[in-house]
Amino acid sequence: MLRKLCIAVAIVAGTAQPLLADNAVDPQADFKVFRKYFTERFPKLQLNDFVNGPYSMDEGLRKQWQAKEEFPPYDFALDKGKEMFATPFKNGKTYADCFPNGGVGVRQMYPMFDAKSGQVVTLDVAINQCREGNGEAPLDYLKDDMASLTAYMAFTSRGKPMDIKVPDDPRALAAYRKGEEYFYTRRGQFNLSCASCHIQNPGNHIRTEVLAPALGIMNALPIYRSEWGGMGTTSRRLTTCNSQIRGVPLPAEAEEYRDVEYYLSYMANGLPISGPGARP
Amino acid sequence: MASTIRVRAVAGADSTEVQSLIQHPMDSGFVKDAKGELIPAHHIEVVQFEHGGKTVFTALWGPAVSKDPYLKFSFKGGKKGDDLKVSWVDNKGASDSLVAKIQ
Amino acid sequence: MNELPDAPDCARRTILKSAVAGGLIGLGLGSFPFPAFADADAKDFPADAFKQKSEADALKALYGKSAEASDKVSLDAPEIAENGAVVPIAVTSSLPNVTGIAVLVLDNPFTLAAAYKIPDGTQAAVASRLKMAKTTKVVAVVESGGKLYSATKEVKVTVGGCGG
Repeated sequence: MLRKLCIAVAIVAGTAQPLLADNAVDPQADFKVFRKYFTERFPKLQLNDFVNGPYSMDEGLRKQWQAKEEFPPYDFALDKGKEMFATPFKNGKTYADCFPNGGVGVRQMYPMFDAKSGQVVTLDVAINQCREGNGEAPLDYLKDDMASLTAYMAFTSRGKPMDIKVPDDPRALAAYRKGEEYFYTRRGQFNLSCASCHIQNPGNHIRTEVLAPALGIMNALPIYRSEWGGMGTTSRRLTTCNSQIRGVPLPAEAEEYRDVEYYLSYMANGLPISGPGARP
Repeated sequence: MASTIRVRAVAGADSTEVQSLIQHPMDSGFVKDAKGELIPAHHIEVVQFEHGGKTVFTALWGPAVSKDPYLKFSFKGGKKGDDLKVSWVDNKGASDSLVAKIQ
Repeated sequence: MNELPDAPDCARRTILKSAVAGGLIGLGLGSFPFPAFADADAKDFPADAFKQKSEADALKALYGKSAEASDKVSLDAPEIAENGAVVPIAVTSSLPNVTGIAVLVLDNPFTLAAAYKIPDGTQAAVASRLKMAKTTKVVAVVESGGKLYSATKEVKVTVGGCGG
Protein backbone atom coordinates (compact mmCIF):
# COMPACT_ATOMS: atom_id res chain seq x y z
CA MET A 1 0.00 0.00 0.00
CA LEU A 2 2.93 2.33 0.68
CA ARG A 3 4.09 1.54 -2.86
CA LYS A 4 0.73 2.77 -4.05
CA LEU A 5 1.37 6.08 -2.23
CA CYS A 6 4.77 6.42 -3.89
CA ILE A 7 3.35 5.68 -7.30
CA ALA A 8 0.53 8.12 -6.68
CA VAL A 9 2.97 10.93 -5.87
CA ALA A 10 4.71 10.42 -9.22
CA ILE A 11 1.52 10.41 -11.25
CA VAL A 12 1.42 12.72 -14.27
CA ALA A 13 -0.89 15.73 -14.16
CA GLY A 14 -4.37 15.26 -15.49
CA THR A 15 -4.55 11.50 -15.29
CA ALA A 16 -7.77 10.29 -13.79
CA GLN A 17 -7.41 6.59 -14.33
CA PRO A 18 -7.22 4.02 -11.58
CA LEU A 19 -3.69 3.55 -10.30
CA LEU A 20 -3.54 -0.19 -10.45
CA ALA A 21 -5.47 -2.75 -12.40
CA ASP A 22 -7.65 -4.15 -9.63
CA ASN A 23 -7.93 -0.91 -7.73
CA ALA A 24 -11.13 -1.11 -5.73
CA VAL A 25 -11.78 1.91 -3.52
CA ASP A 26 -11.00 0.95 0.06
CA PRO A 27 -10.99 4.04 2.32
CA GLN A 28 -10.33 2.01 5.45
CA ALA A 29 -7.20 0.45 4.00
CA ASP A 30 -6.02 3.86 2.72
CA PHE A 31 -6.65 5.31 6.16
CA LYS A 32 -4.34 2.78 7.80
CA VAL A 33 -1.50 3.43 5.32
CA PHE A 34 -1.89 7.22 5.57
CA ARG A 35 -1.92 7.18 9.37
CA LYS A 36 1.05 4.80 9.57
CA TYR A 37 3.09 6.94 7.19
CA PHE A 38 2.78 10.02 9.40
CA THR A 39 3.17 8.35 12.78
CA GLU A 40 6.29 6.60 11.52
CA ARG A 41 7.71 9.76 9.99
CA PHE A 42 7.11 11.72 13.19
CA PRO A 43 7.39 9.14 15.97
CA LYS A 44 7.83 11.72 18.73
CA LEU A 45 4.77 13.75 17.76
CA GLN A 46 1.56 13.24 19.75
CA LEU A 47 -1.17 12.12 17.38
CA ASN A 48 -3.52 14.98 18.28
CA ASP A 49 -0.78 17.53 17.66
CA PHE A 50 -0.84 16.94 13.89
CA VAL A 51 -3.89 19.22 13.65
CA ASN A 52 -1.70 22.19 14.58
CA GLY A 53 -0.03 22.15 11.18
CA PRO A 54 3.31 23.99 11.04
CA TYR A 55 3.19 24.56 14.80
CA SER A 56 3.55 20.84 15.38
CA MET A 57 6.64 20.88 13.16
CA ASP A 58 8.63 23.86 14.46
CA GLU A 59 9.31 24.91 18.06
CA GLY A 60 10.04 28.59 17.30
CA LEU A 61 6.76 28.96 15.43
CA ARG A 62 4.93 27.08 18.13
CA LYS A 63 6.01 29.52 20.85
CA GLN A 64 4.78 32.51 18.84
CA TRP A 65 1.50 30.76 18.16
CA GLN A 66 0.97 29.96 21.83
CA ALA A 67 1.64 33.60 22.74
CA LYS A 68 -1.01 34.71 20.27
CA GLU A 69 -3.53 32.06 21.32
CA GLU A 70 -3.76 33.79 24.73
CA PHE A 71 -6.01 36.25 22.98
CA PRO A 72 -6.33 34.97 19.44
CA PRO A 73 -6.68 37.17 16.36
CA TYR A 74 -9.83 35.29 15.28
CA ASP A 75 -11.68 36.43 18.40
CA PHE A 76 -13.61 39.13 16.56
CA ALA A 77 -14.66 36.80 13.74
CA LEU A 78 -15.80 34.28 16.34
CA ASP A 79 -18.04 36.82 18.06
CA LYS A 80 -19.42 37.96 14.73
CA GLY A 81 -20.13 34.35 13.79
CA LYS A 82 -21.95 33.70 17.05
CA GLU A 83 -24.13 36.74 16.46
CA MET A 84 -24.83 35.73 12.84
CA PHE A 85 -25.73 32.21 13.87
CA ALA A 86 -28.31 33.44 16.35
CA THR A 87 -29.88 36.01 14.02
CA PRO A 88 -33.04 34.72 12.33
CA PHE A 89 -33.60 34.93 8.59
CA LYS A 90 -36.27 37.24 7.20
CA ASN A 91 -38.73 34.35 7.35
CA GLY A 92 -38.11 33.83 11.06
CA LYS A 93 -36.16 30.58 10.76
CA THR A 94 -32.54 30.22 11.91
CA TYR A 95 -29.49 28.14 10.98
CA ALA A 96 -30.40 25.84 13.85
CA ASP A 97 -33.42 24.69 11.83
CA CYS A 98 -31.23 23.37 9.01
CA PHE A 99 -28.64 21.39 10.94
CA PRO A 100 -28.64 18.34 13.17
CA ASN A 101 -28.41 19.22 16.84
CA GLY A 102 -29.36 22.79 16.04
CA GLY A 103 -26.02 23.29 14.30
CA VAL A 104 -24.07 23.19 17.54
CA GLY A 105 -21.18 20.77 17.74
CA VAL A 106 -21.70 19.36 14.24
CA ARG A 107 -18.75 20.69 12.23
CA GLN A 108 -16.80 17.45 12.64
CA MET A 109 -19.37 15.59 10.51
CA TYR A 110 -18.59 17.70 7.45
CA PRO A 111 -18.02 17.09 4.58
CA MET A 112 -20.77 14.54 4.34
CA PHE A 113 -22.08 12.60 1.39
CA ASP A 114 -25.62 13.58 0.48
CA ALA A 115 -27.38 10.52 -0.94
CA LYS A 116 -30.18 12.60 -2.45
CA SER A 117 -27.99 14.79 -4.62
CA GLY A 118 -25.14 12.29 -4.90
CA GLN A 119 -22.72 15.09 -3.99
CA VAL A 120 -20.27 15.79 -1.20
CA VAL A 121 -21.64 18.59 0.95
CA THR A 122 -19.15 20.68 2.92
CA LEU A 123 -20.17 22.80 5.91
CA ASP A 124 -19.91 25.97 3.85
CA VAL A 125 -22.14 24.55 1.13
CA ALA A 126 -24.62 23.36 3.75
CA ILE A 127 -24.75 26.89 5.17
CA ASN A 128 -25.58 28.39 1.79
CA GLN A 129 -28.15 25.66 1.10
CA CYS A 130 -29.73 26.65 4.40
CA ARG A 131 -29.72 30.32 3.47
CA GLU A 132 -31.10 29.82 -0.03
CA GLY A 133 -33.71 27.39 1.26
CA ASN A 134 -34.91 30.17 3.54
CA GLY A 135 -34.98 32.96 0.98
CA GLU A 136 -31.62 34.51 1.82
CA ALA A 137 -28.77 35.33 -0.56
CA PRO A 138 -25.82 32.92 -0.40
CA LEU A 139 -22.58 34.06 1.26
CA ASP A 140 -19.34 34.48 -0.62
CA TYR A 141 -17.25 31.35 0.04
CA LEU A 142 -13.81 32.83 0.61
CA LYS A 143 -13.88 34.98 3.75
CA ASP A 144 -15.82 37.57 5.78
CA ASP A 145 -19.28 36.35 6.80
CA MET A 146 -18.77 32.74 5.72
CA ALA A 147 -15.48 32.59 7.62
CA SER A 148 -17.07 34.16 10.72
CA LEU A 149 -20.02 31.78 10.70
CA THR A 150 -17.90 28.65 10.16
CA ALA A 151 -15.45 29.91 12.80
CA TYR A 152 -18.28 29.87 15.32
CA MET A 153 -19.56 26.47 14.22
CA ALA A 154 -16.05 25.02 14.34
CA PHE A 155 -15.60 26.50 17.80
CA THR A 156 -18.68 24.66 19.09
CA SER A 157 -17.00 21.44 17.90
CA ARG A 158 -13.57 22.14 19.34
CA GLY A 159 -12.01 19.01 20.71
CA LYS A 160 -14.52 16.69 19.05
CA PRO A 161 -12.94 14.00 16.88
CA MET A 162 -13.30 14.33 13.11
CA ASP A 163 -16.08 11.95 12.12
CA ILE A 164 -16.43 11.60 8.37
CA LYS A 165 -18.45 8.79 6.83
CA VAL A 166 -17.82 7.32 3.42
CA PRO A 167 -20.88 5.08 3.03
CA ASP A 168 -20.86 1.95 0.91
CA ASP A 169 -22.46 3.85 -1.95
CA PRO A 170 -20.62 3.75 -5.30
CA ARG A 171 -21.12 7.50 -5.71
CA ALA A 172 -19.62 8.26 -2.30
CA LEU A 173 -16.71 5.95 -2.98
CA ALA A 174 -16.21 7.60 -6.37
CA ALA A 175 -16.16 11.08 -4.77
CA TYR A 176 -13.66 9.87 -2.19
CA ARG A 177 -11.49 8.40 -4.97
CA LYS A 178 -11.69 11.64 -7.00
CA GLY A 179 -10.57 13.59 -3.93
CA GLU A 180 -7.66 11.22 -3.44
CA GLU A 181 -6.65 11.58 -7.10
CA TYR A 182 -6.88 15.36 -6.94
CA PHE A 183 -4.61 15.32 -3.93
CA TYR A 184 -1.88 13.29 -5.63
CA THR A 185 -2.09 14.91 -9.08
CA ARG A 186 0.53 17.48 -10.09
CA ARG A 187 -0.70 20.75 -11.54
CA GLY A 188 0.30 24.28 -12.34
CA GLN A 189 3.50 25.67 -13.79
CA PHE A 190 5.36 24.55 -10.69
CA ASN A 191 4.03 21.06 -11.35
CA LEU A 192 3.30 20.37 -7.70
CA SER A 193 0.60 18.22 -6.20
CA CYS A 194 -0.85 18.71 -2.72
CA ALA A 195 1.18 15.62 -1.82
CA SER A 196 4.46 17.16 -3.02
CA CYS A 197 4.33 19.51 -0.05
CA HIS A 198 2.10 17.88 2.51
CA ILE A 199 3.08 14.23 2.15
CA GLN A 200 6.67 14.48 0.97
CA ASN A 201 7.79 17.58 2.86
CA PRO A 202 5.92 18.28 6.11
CA GLY A 203 8.18 20.15 8.52
CA ASN A 204 10.45 21.23 5.68
CA HIS A 205 10.44 24.71 4.20
CA ILE A 206 8.95 25.99 0.99
CA ARG A 207 10.87 29.23 0.68
CA THR A 208 10.42 30.58 4.19
CA GLU A 209 7.22 28.81 5.21
CA VAL A 210 7.18 25.59 7.19
CA LEU A 211 4.94 22.99 5.53
CA ALA A 212 2.08 21.39 7.43
CA PRO A 213 1.49 17.64 7.40
CA ALA A 214 -1.51 16.48 5.38
CA LEU A 215 -2.73 14.56 8.42
CA GLY A 216 -5.26 16.77 10.17
CA ILE A 217 -4.79 19.65 7.75
CA MET A 218 -8.51 20.39 7.61
CA ASN A 219 -9.07 20.37 11.36
CA ALA A 220 -8.11 23.96 12.13
CA LEU A 221 -10.18 25.64 9.40
CA PRO A 222 -11.36 28.34 9.02
CA ILE A 223 -8.14 30.14 9.85
CA TYR A 224 -6.88 33.61 10.63
CA ARG A 225 -3.67 33.93 8.65
CA SER A 226 -1.16 36.59 9.65
CA GLU A 227 -0.35 36.77 5.95
CA TRP A 228 -3.97 37.66 5.12
CA GLY A 229 -4.41 39.89 8.15
CA GLY A 230 -7.81 38.24 8.39
CA MET A 231 -9.92 35.10 8.19
CA GLY A 232 -10.20 32.66 5.34
CA THR A 233 -12.17 29.52 4.64
CA THR A 234 -11.10 26.19 3.17
CA SER A 235 -12.01 27.64 -0.23
CA ARG A 236 -9.76 30.61 0.30
CA ARG A 237 -6.82 28.37 1.10
CA LEU A 238 -7.42 25.92 -1.77
CA THR A 239 -7.87 28.62 -4.40
CA THR A 240 -4.84 30.61 -3.26
CA CYS A 241 -2.70 27.49 -3.17
CA ASN A 242 -3.69 26.75 -6.79
CA SER A 243 -2.65 30.29 -7.74
CA GLN A 244 0.59 30.00 -5.80
CA ILE A 245 1.71 26.97 -7.79
CA ARG A 246 0.78 28.96 -10.90
CA GLY A 247 -2.26 26.91 -11.72
CA VAL A 248 -5.73 28.17 -12.52
CA PRO A 249 -7.90 28.04 -9.41
CA LEU A 250 -11.28 26.36 -9.67
CA PRO A 251 -14.40 28.18 -8.49
CA ALA A 252 -14.83 27.94 -4.72
CA GLU A 253 -16.52 24.70 -3.63
CA ALA A 254 -16.07 23.14 -7.08
CA GLU A 255 -16.56 19.38 -7.10
CA GLU A 256 -12.83 18.65 -7.00
CA TYR A 257 -12.32 20.89 -3.96
CA ARG A 258 -15.23 19.31 -2.11
CA ASP A 259 -13.91 15.85 -2.96
CA VAL A 260 -10.36 16.58 -1.80
CA GLU A 261 -11.73 18.07 1.44
CA TYR A 262 -13.77 14.85 1.83
CA TYR A 263 -10.69 12.69 1.31
CA LEU A 264 -8.46 14.67 3.66
CA SER A 265 -11.09 14.98 6.36
CA TYR A 266 -11.70 11.22 6.28
CA MET A 267 -7.96 10.67 6.70
CA ALA A 268 -8.14 12.82 9.85
CA ASN A 269 -10.92 10.80 11.48
CA GLY A 270 -10.39 10.62 15.21
CA LEU A 271 -8.24 13.75 15.36
CA PRO A 272 -9.74 16.70 17.25
CA ILE A 273 -11.32 19.71 15.60
CA SER A 274 -9.06 22.64 16.50
CA GLY A 275 -10.83 25.41 14.59
CA PRO A 276 -11.03 28.24 14.22
CA GLY A 277 -7.28 28.36 13.88
CA ALA A 278 -4.46 30.82 13.46
CA ARG A 279 -1.65 30.31 10.98
CA PRO A 280 1.39 32.26 9.74
CA MET B 1 -22.86 48.70 18.10
CA ALA B 2 -20.49 46.17 19.65
CA SER B 3 -17.43 47.61 21.34
CA THR B 4 -14.06 47.39 19.64
CA ILE B 5 -12.51 46.53 22.98
CA ARG B 6 -12.18 43.05 24.44
CA VAL B 7 -10.80 42.79 27.94
CA ARG B 8 -9.99 39.93 30.24
CA ALA B 9 -9.02 41.12 33.72
CA VAL B 10 -8.38 38.46 36.32
CA ALA B 11 -7.72 39.30 39.99
CA GLY B 12 -5.02 37.23 41.67
CA ALA B 13 -3.79 37.20 45.28
CA ASP B 14 -2.49 40.75 45.23
CA SER B 15 -2.54 41.86 41.62
CA THR B 16 -4.79 41.88 38.57
CA GLU B 17 -3.65 40.62 35.18
CA VAL B 18 -5.17 42.46 32.24
CA GLN B 19 -5.24 41.28 28.62
CA SER B 20 -6.94 43.28 25.92
CA LEU B 21 -7.57 42.98 22.20
CA ILE B 22 -8.84 46.00 20.32
CA GLN B 23 -10.37 45.86 16.86
CA HIS B 24 -8.54 48.46 14.77
CA PRO B 25 -6.88 48.38 11.34
CA MET B 26 -3.66 50.02 12.60
CA ASP B 27 -2.77 51.05 9.05
CA SER B 28 0.88 51.97 8.97
CA GLY B 29 0.66 54.41 6.07
CA PHE B 30 3.21 52.37 4.11
CA VAL B 31 0.88 49.88 2.45
CA LYS B 32 -0.65 50.47 -0.98
CA ASP B 33 -4.17 49.51 -1.95
CA ALA B 34 -5.27 47.62 -5.08
CA LYS B 35 -5.05 50.84 -7.12
CA GLY B 36 -1.45 51.38 -6.03
CA GLU B 37 -2.25 54.29 -3.75
CA LEU B 38 -0.97 54.54 -0.21
CA ILE B 39 -3.51 53.72 2.47
CA PRO B 40 -3.09 56.61 4.92
CA ALA B 41 -1.86 55.91 8.43
CA HIS B 42 -4.75 55.14 10.73
CA HIS B 43 -3.72 53.92 14.13
CA ILE B 44 -4.57 54.11 17.80
CA GLU B 45 -2.38 56.66 19.57
CA VAL B 46 -3.28 56.32 23.25
CA VAL B 47 -4.86 53.52 25.28
CA GLN B 48 -5.68 54.15 28.92
CA PHE B 49 -6.65 51.77 31.70
CA GLU B 50 -8.23 53.05 34.91
CA HIS B 51 -9.14 51.37 38.16
CA GLY B 52 -10.46 52.94 41.33
CA GLY B 53 -10.14 56.42 39.90
CA LYS B 54 -6.48 55.92 39.10
CA THR B 55 -4.71 55.34 35.80
CA VAL B 56 -3.03 51.95 36.03
CA PHE B 57 -1.53 51.80 32.53
CA THR B 58 -1.11 53.99 29.47
CA ALA B 59 -0.04 52.74 26.07
CA LEU B 60 1.34 55.12 23.46
CA TRP B 61 1.21 53.42 20.10
CA GLY B 62 2.69 54.21 16.71
CA PRO B 63 1.82 52.63 13.36
CA ALA B 64 4.21 49.72 14.03
CA VAL B 65 1.79 48.11 16.45
CA SER B 66 0.02 45.16 14.81
CA LYS B 67 -3.52 45.19 13.51
CA ASP B 68 -6.14 44.35 16.14
CA PRO B 69 -3.62 45.24 18.82
CA TYR B 70 -3.04 43.13 21.90
CA LEU B 71 -1.79 44.15 25.31
CA LYS B 72 -0.97 42.36 28.55
CA PHE B 73 0.10 43.92 31.83
CA SER B 74 -0.52 43.55 35.58
CA PHE B 75 -1.23 46.06 38.32
CA LYS B 76 -1.30 45.77 42.10
CA GLY B 77 -4.69 45.52 43.70
CA GLY B 78 -8.05 45.05 42.09
CA LYS B 79 -10.56 42.46 43.17
CA LYS B 80 -13.33 40.51 41.55
CA GLY B 81 -16.27 42.71 40.64
CA ASP B 82 -14.27 45.92 40.42
CA ASP B 83 -14.66 48.14 37.37
CA LEU B 84 -11.78 48.50 34.94
CA LYS B 85 -12.19 51.22 32.34
CA VAL B 86 -10.41 50.99 29.02
CA SER B 87 -10.40 53.80 26.48
CA TRP B 88 -8.52 54.60 23.29
CA VAL B 89 -8.17 57.46 20.84
CA ASP B 90 -6.65 57.25 17.35
CA ASN B 91 -4.88 59.64 15.00
CA LYS B 92 -8.14 60.52 13.27
CA GLY B 93 -9.76 61.51 16.55
CA ALA B 94 -11.98 58.43 16.77
CA SER B 95 -12.30 56.80 20.16
CA ASP B 96 -14.00 54.05 22.10
CA SER B 97 -14.22 53.02 25.71
CA LEU B 98 -15.48 50.11 27.75
CA VAL B 99 -16.01 49.38 31.42
CA ALA B 100 -15.22 45.76 32.19
CA LYS B 101 -15.58 43.84 35.40
CA ILE B 102 -12.53 42.26 36.95
CA GLN B 103 -13.03 38.52 37.34
CA MET C 1 2.77 61.51 39.23
CA ASN C 2 4.72 59.35 36.85
CA GLU C 3 4.75 61.43 33.69
CA LEU C 4 7.27 61.43 30.89
CA PRO C 5 9.28 64.64 31.17
CA ASP C 6 8.03 66.74 28.28
CA ALA C 7 10.49 67.91 25.70
CA PRO C 8 10.05 71.67 25.23
CA ASP C 9 8.20 71.13 21.93
CA CYS C 10 5.52 68.97 23.54
CA ALA C 11 4.82 71.41 26.34
CA ARG C 12 4.53 74.26 23.88
CA ARG C 13 2.14 72.29 21.69
CA THR C 14 0.04 71.31 24.69
CA ILE C 15 -0.27 74.89 25.84
CA LEU C 16 -1.10 76.13 22.36
CA LYS C 17 -3.77 73.44 21.90
CA SER C 18 -5.30 74.27 25.28
CA ALA C 19 -5.28 77.98 24.49
CA VAL C 20 -7.04 77.35 21.18
CA ALA C 21 -9.63 75.19 22.88
CA GLY C 22 -10.11 77.95 25.40
CA GLY C 23 -9.76 75.51 28.23
CA LEU C 24 -7.48 75.40 31.21
CA ILE C 25 -3.76 75.16 30.55
CA GLY C 26 -2.82 71.70 31.75
CA LEU C 27 0.96 72.21 31.86
CA GLY C 28 1.35 68.85 30.16
CA LEU C 29 0.05 66.94 33.15
CA GLY C 30 -3.50 66.51 31.84
CA SER C 31 -4.85 68.00 35.01
CA PHE C 32 -8.31 68.94 33.83
CA PRO C 33 -10.82 68.55 36.67
CA PHE C 34 -12.44 65.33 35.42
CA PRO C 35 -14.72 63.53 37.81
CA ALA C 36 -14.28 59.74 38.15
CA PHE C 37 -12.66 58.19 35.05
CA ALA C 38 -10.76 60.16 32.41
CA ASP C 39 -10.58 58.82 28.86
CA ALA C 40 -7.49 58.28 26.74
CA ASP C 41 -6.29 61.69 25.70
CA ALA C 42 -4.67 62.37 22.35
CA LYS C 43 -2.69 65.16 23.99
CA ASP C 44 -0.63 62.49 25.75
CA PHE C 45 0.68 61.27 22.42
CA PRO C 46 4.36 62.15 21.83
CA ALA C 47 4.01 62.50 18.06
CA ASP C 48 7.54 63.81 17.64
CA ALA C 49 9.14 60.75 19.24
CA PHE C 50 7.19 58.46 16.92
CA LYS C 51 8.61 60.23 13.88
CA GLN C 52 12.27 59.66 14.74
CA LYS C 53 14.46 57.35 12.68
CA SER C 54 17.14 56.32 15.11
CA GLU C 55 17.30 54.87 18.61
CA ALA C 56 19.16 57.89 19.97
CA ASP C 57 16.74 60.42 18.46
CA ALA C 58 13.64 58.49 19.55
CA LEU C 59 14.84 58.16 23.15
CA LYS C 60 15.93 61.79 23.26
CA ALA C 61 12.49 62.91 22.02
CA LEU C 62 10.66 60.58 24.36
CA TYR C 63 12.69 60.71 27.56
CA GLY C 64 15.37 63.32 26.95
CA LYS C 65 18.16 60.84 27.60
CA SER C 66 19.96 57.80 26.23
CA ALA C 67 20.00 54.20 27.45
CA GLU C 68 22.70 51.90 28.77
CA ALA C 69 22.58 48.13 28.33
CA SER C 70 21.43 46.19 31.38
CA ASP C 71 20.89 42.55 32.09
CA LYS C 72 18.01 43.54 34.34
CA VAL C 73 15.89 44.19 31.28
CA SER C 74 14.42 41.07 29.66
CA LEU C 75 13.22 41.13 26.08
CA ASP C 76 11.31 38.09 24.85
CA ALA C 77 11.17 38.08 21.05
CA PRO C 78 11.23 35.24 18.53
CA GLU C 79 14.45 34.44 16.69
CA ILE C 80 12.58 34.10 13.41
CA ALA C 81 9.24 35.88 13.18
CA GLU C 82 6.40 33.74 11.87
CA ASN C 83 5.16 36.82 10.07
CA GLY C 84 6.55 40.34 10.19
CA ALA C 85 3.06 41.78 10.61
CA VAL C 86 2.40 40.19 14.00
CA VAL C 87 5.48 39.61 16.15
CA PRO C 88 4.75 38.89 19.84
CA ILE C 89 7.11 40.89 22.07
CA ALA C 90 7.30 40.85 25.87
CA VAL C 91 9.41 43.11 28.08
CA THR C 92 9.97 42.61 31.80
CA SER C 93 12.40 44.13 34.24
CA SER C 94 13.61 43.51 37.77
CA LEU C 95 14.74 47.14 38.10
CA PRO C 96 13.10 49.20 40.86
CA ASN C 97 10.83 52.23 40.39
CA VAL C 98 10.05 51.59 36.75
CA THR C 99 8.09 54.48 35.27
CA GLY C 100 8.21 53.68 31.58
CA ILE C 101 8.90 50.99 29.00
CA ALA C 102 9.53 51.56 25.31
CA VAL C 103 10.11 49.21 22.39
CA LEU C 104 12.15 50.29 19.38
CA VAL C 105 12.44 48.43 16.09
CA LEU C 106 15.64 49.77 14.61
CA ASP C 107 15.05 48.85 10.96
CA ASN C 108 11.48 50.09 10.80
CA PRO C 109 10.76 53.34 8.94
CA PHE C 110 10.14 54.96 12.33
CA THR C 111 12.18 53.56 15.18
CA LEU C 112 9.79 53.88 18.09
CA ALA C 113 7.06 51.24 17.95
CA ALA C 114 5.40 51.63 21.34
CA ALA C 115 5.89 53.34 24.68
CA TYR C 116 4.18 52.58 27.96
CA LYS C 117 3.64 54.65 31.11
CA ILE C 118 3.99 52.53 34.24
CA PRO C 119 2.38 54.18 37.27
CA ASP C 120 3.17 53.22 40.87
CA GLY C 121 1.78 49.78 41.58
CA THR C 122 1.88 48.56 37.99
CA GLN C 123 4.34 45.80 37.19
CA ALA C 124 7.31 46.46 34.96
CA ALA C 125 6.06 44.03 32.36
CA VAL C 126 4.19 44.39 29.12
CA ALA C 127 3.41 42.12 26.18
CA SER C 128 2.22 43.29 22.79
CA ARG C 129 2.44 42.45 19.08
CA LEU C 130 4.45 44.56 16.67
CA LYS C 131 5.05 44.99 12.95
CA MET C 132 8.58 44.57 11.67
CA ALA C 133 9.44 45.53 8.12
CA LYS C 134 12.50 43.31 7.85
CA THR C 135 15.19 41.55 9.87
CA THR C 136 16.00 44.00 12.61
CA LYS C 137 17.38 44.62 16.07
CA VAL C 138 14.65 45.20 18.62
CA VAL C 139 15.52 47.32 21.65
CA ALA C 140 13.52 47.26 24.87
CA VAL C 141 14.08 50.33 27.05
CA VAL C 142 13.08 50.64 30.69
CA GLU C 143 12.98 53.94 32.59
CA SER C 144 13.93 53.31 36.19
CA GLY C 145 14.83 55.87 38.80
CA GLY C 146 15.08 58.53 36.13
CA LYS C 147 17.60 56.60 34.01
CA LEU C 148 17.20 54.41 30.92
CA TYR C 149 18.30 50.80 30.63
CA SER C 150 18.01 48.57 27.57
CA ALA C 151 18.21 45.07 26.14
CA THR C 152 18.58 44.21 22.48
CA LYS C 153 17.64 41.18 20.39
CA GLU C 154 17.72 40.47 16.69
CA VAL C 155 14.53 39.22 15.07
CA LYS C 156 14.80 37.66 11.62
CA VAL C 157 11.91 38.60 9.38
CA THR C 158 11.50 36.74 6.10
CA VAL C 159 9.15 37.18 3.20
CA GLY C 160 6.31 34.69 3.35
CA GLY C 161 6.83 31.56 1.25
CA CYS C 162 4.94 30.13 -1.73
CA GLY C 163 5.39 33.22 -3.86
CA GLY C 164 1.90 34.40 -2.89
